[in-house]
This record gives sequence, C-alpha cells and structure tokens, in this order.
Amino acid sequence: MAGLVPAIHVFPAKSHEGVEARHKAGHDAGARSPRIHRDSFVPIDVYLNVAIGGVLTGLVYGLMALGLSVIFGVVRVVNFAHGEMMTMAMYAVITVFAALHLDPLVLLVPVALAMFAFGYLVQASIINPFITRPEHSQFLLLVAMATIIVNVLLIVFGPDAQNVQVSYAFDSYQIGKIIVDATKLYAGIAAIVVAGGLFAFFQYTSLGTAIRACADNYTGALVVGLDVKHLYALTFGLGTACVGAAGTILLLIFDVTPSAGPAYTLLAFVIVITGGLGSMPGALVGGVLIGLTEAMAGLLFTPSAKSMFSFAILVLVLLLRPQGIMGRRAA
Amino acid sequence: MIARLTEGLTPRALALLGLLLAAALAAPLFAGDYLLTVLILIFYFAYTGQAWNIMMGFAGQLSLGHALYVGLGAYAAASLFVHFGIAPWLGLIVAAPLAALAGAFIGYLAFRFRVGGVYFAILTIAVCEFARVGFDHLGWTNGSSGLFLPVKQFSGNDLWHLRGQPVMFYYLLLTATIAALVGCRLLLTSRIGYFWLAIREDEEAARAVGIDTFRYKMLAVVISAAMTSFAGVIYAFYYNNLFPEQVFHISRSVEIILAPIVGGVGTLFGPIVGAFILTGLAETLTSALNAVGVDIPGAKQVFYGVCLLSVIVVLPDGVWPWLSQRLGLKGRGS
Repeated sequence: MAGLVPAIHVFPAKSHEGVEARHKAGHDAGARSPRIHRDSFVPIDVYLNVAIGGVLTGLVYGLMALGLSVIFGVVRVVNFAHGEMMTMAMYAVITVFAALHLDPLVLLVPVALAMFAFGYLVQASIINPFITRPEHSQFLLLVAMATIIVNVLLIVFGPDAQNVQVSYAFDSYQIGKIIVDATKLYAGIAAIVVAGGLFAFFQYTSLGTAIRACADNYTGALVVGLDVKHLYALTFGLGTACVGAAGTILLLIFDVTPSAGPAYTLLAFVIVITGGLGSMPGALVGGVLIGLTEAMAGLLFTPSAKSMFSFAILVLVLLLRPQGIMGRRAA
Repeated sequence: MIARLTEGLTPRALALLGLLLAAALAAPLFAGDYLLTVLILIFYFAYTGQAWNIMMGFAGQLSLGHALYVGLGAYAAASLFVHFGIAPWLGLIVAAPLAALAGAFIGYLAFRFRVGGVYFAILTIAVCEFARVGFDHLGWTNGSSGLFLPVKQFSGNDLWHLRGQPVMFYYLLLTATIAALVGCRLLLTSRIGYFWLAIREDEEAARAVGIDTFRYKMLAVVISAAMTSFAGVIYAFYYNNLFPEQVFHISRSVEIILAPIVGGVGTLFGPIVGAFILTGLAETLTSALNAVGVDIPGAKQVFYGVCLLSVIVVLPDGVWPWLSQRLGLKGRGS
C-alpha cells in the first residue's frame, strides 16, 4: 500500500490534458484555493460554488462508501481493499475509453456488472472461508489483496496519473451567479440514481429482503433455508459494483493513479463511520458532509491539509455521537 | 522472577533458546554488511511486533496505526536533538510519554463508549493519518521537506548519542527485542496479563467478574505505545532522515502488524518468528528478482502479497503454534 497521496484530488502537475478544465471557477477547489485565499475580497458566490461542487463530489464519495457499508452491514467483513477495487474499476474505464471513446456514464452499467462478478467470485472463493475467523485475520487477507491490486495496476498502467477526456469537460451551467460544472452535476445525479437503485433493491425485492434477513439474524436466515454463502457473495458483489460505479463516475472529476487506492479506502472508512456503520442513508449523508468539508477546507486553508478536516470530523462524531450521524447503535 | 520466566519451559526449549541467543550475539562476527542490515530490520520488526502484540495479542484491541507511535517517538527525539542537542535517551523521556498520551487519546475516544473492534481499528488509522498530514505542515520539524539529523564522518560508536556503526544498532535492537520478550513474558504471567487475556477472550464476562476493562485496555494501549516509540527513536537515529510521508505512512503500520500475525498473534515468539520469515522472504525475493534480471516496480510487492495470502490461508493461527508443535515444544505456555 505504497504512496498514499495527501491531496488525492489534485494532480495538476502530472496531467497535461484537461488542465484548463481544472482552472475554471469551482471546478477543483483545491487547485485554485491559494489564489483565492490571497485575494483580500472573496465574493460570497465563490464559497457557494465551491460548496456546491463539494456536495456533488461528496455524493459520489457517498456511493463509494455505500459499497463498504453494505458489505460490512451484511457480511461483517471490513473491506480493506475497497479503494483499491475502485481504482481497478477506474483503470478498466480508462482502458475501454482509450479503445472505444465511450462516455464513462455509458460504461457505468458494464463496469458495475464486471465489478459485481469480480466481487462475487472474491467472496465465494476467498473471503467466505474467513467469515468465522478473527478480525485481524480478515484484515490481513484483504490487505494482501489490496497490495496485489495496487502493484498489478502499477505494473500494467505505470505510476502516472491518467484521466478521461469527455467532450463536456469544459461545460458548466449558470444559475444567477452560481456556476456548476457539468461534470460534477452529472456525477452527482448519477451517484443519486445508482444509490436509489440500491435502496429500491434492498427495500422492494425478495432477494434484497433475504439479504437483509442475513444481516439481521444469521442463524435465523440459515433456519429458514437461505443459502447464506450465496447471499454473502451477492452482497459483496453488490458492494464492489457500487464502488465500481462510484469509480466510473469519479473519473469525470478526478484523475487516477495506482497509489490512490489506500487513500480512497481510508476516505470510505471515515465517511462510513461518520455517517454510521451499516446505515445506508448514513453513508450518503457522511459522503456529502466529508465532500463539503474537504472543499471548504481546501478553499479556506491549504488544499493539502484538507484531509485533516475530515479526520477532525471523524473524531468529533466519535466524541459526540459514536454510533454515527444516522447510526442506530454502536456496533 | 527468574523462576517465573522459565516456568513451564522444557529443557529442550531452554537449550534451543540458549542456542538462538548465542547465534544472535555472535552474528555480527560472521555476517557481512548486507546481512547485518537485514538482521537490523528483522529485530526492528520483532521489537515493534512484540509491542503491537501487547495490544492485539494480549488485550485483543486491533491497532492498525502503530506507525503513529513510531513517528511520534522518532520526531520527538530527532527534533530535540536537532534543535537543542538533547541526547536521544533524554529525548525518550519526552517521546515515550508523548506516544503514550496519543495512545491514551485514541483509547479514551474508543473505549469510553465501548466501541471496540472495527471502530477502534479505523480510529487508529485515522489518527495516524491526521498526524501524517499534521507533520507535513508543522514548520518546527521542517514539514514535508523532511527532518535531517546531522551526520559526521565518525568511525566509533557513541551509544549515548546513538551515533555509530550498524553493529551498535544491531546490538541495541537485539537487546530491545530480548527485553521486550522478557517483559511480555512477565506481564503475561502477572495479574495484568490474566486480566488482559480475560478481556480478549470475553469482555462481557471479564466485566462481570469485576475487571475494570476500560482501565486495563487503556493500560495495554499506553504500554504498547510507549514501547513502540522507542523503536521510533532508533529509527530516527539509524536512518538520519524523517519524512512524514514515509514515517506515518499506513504501509509502515501494516509492516509492523504483519510479523506478529504471520508468526502467531498472542504468542511470545510469534513476532520474532514472523519478522524472520517476512524480512527473509522480502530480501530473498529482491535478490531472486535481481538475479533473473527482472526490474519491474511493483513486481516484488505482488509476490509478497501472494505469499502473504498463502500464509494466511494455509496457517490461520500463524507459523509459531505450528512450528513449536513440530519442534516438540508444546506446553511451554507461550
């Protein structure tokens, strides 16, 4: 797990393509903030633009964390390779994009399906035997997987940041004084749609109900004849599909490097605990809160210190409301 | 005290221990420069692994952020040395309580609400990351551009200022590892040790029989953190440079954890055996890949990951319980 980059959002020096897109107002709060900070007068709409950008990015963060939350809530395994799995999906999108020039949002469904298959196989073959083992044993298993993913990506794609150039990278919508980037707007909407689909699946389908039954009462689920191992694999698949979708969407906004994985894993943890471990709406709320915090911290302080503010929020939440914002009880 | 140390050990185990000790003491006479640096690494991981094992192996609290204590120890001692010329052993008087305080802070946050397990583990990572970003912006320790200790051409060994040859660091770490082993054995056979084991096995039951679980869990964290900070002091004076990006990096924490888990969590010899296996494996891989002429960045880590995966799948309890049975040392109480 090498090379955790402090500012996971900002790689201005490394990417030559799309540099201009990042210089638009509010497109990347982090990259711009030193200049804004030096201005003696900061108009209120700059704050508003950055805040809206942060919320939209936070929705995608929330989707990523949702995958982690779903896996933990049902399988009771903490996916320490979560961010690494997301970078895997991001590189898949970059590869297909380079070959076929398909829009990442079009690739969302196939990539999510591929990640679902990957997650199902991983759970069915490797993680299922570890379910009854102690936490540290599961941790080591997933850390080993994370190490393998990061370094295979490094060997195949090299260490440099890569991104996807979409035709609407420079577009933005203006409402009054507020300017919203098209990429961030589409990203936020796509995240809400995918998350909504997942909510509906768990709430209204019999398969979703069966999975929730496994989460609520393992023994009870076995007694009524549910194939728990299969359902666990399905759940892990859903979690990885979620993070695959989040990765695809996130490519609209950020670049990707192989070493970005561990930072995303940690971000997902912070969000999930802030929102409430095992709570699905909590993951989205936590994501928005962290996205907003990072954007505002990047604007008001230095961008490289912005992850400190998410950790500070985590500590505050643990002090004041240890079960998380939307959590019902401490796990 | 001696009786408590050797109690339950078979003569065969004692003979083996003596043999190993003699081999470790004589090693610098035969080992070349390269092998000596590898041995230094091994004992560094054996020592830090032993410290981590107090928290996880004895008291059952999974810490994934031990790099925090290494980093705090390293930075405290090194910056006192750089700024005021204070010797590292005196710096340790600041470093160890500082690390213990950080551990107490994490423990207080997590244990107060009995949010154990996953919460505690992730909180340890988060605080370590917080420290990493914080030290990146701390001017006194030179921020992200790194803190460098003055290096002079010097052929002697100055133990008081920790300036010297690798041999000195080897014996220092060997002593630390042995002291940690003895200390852990004493702790484990004491009242505190039994309380820890009770908490690890069943916290509810431990509380029911009247053990102040909060207090003893805090004690485990504080002892472990203070012990780990000493490894940090040695780290700083051995490498002579400190970067937040490296010292507090999450992979440092993972490295510390690997040896005791591979060796066997909760066993006294697990961290040492694990350190030998893992460091040996990593070095063998490096030289094997060099010999074949493969120079792909990341290839070593992939092999490393695969080996780790295999060990954890095949020997879930670690290598030491299996090995001690093979060597006929069962019933030694470790």
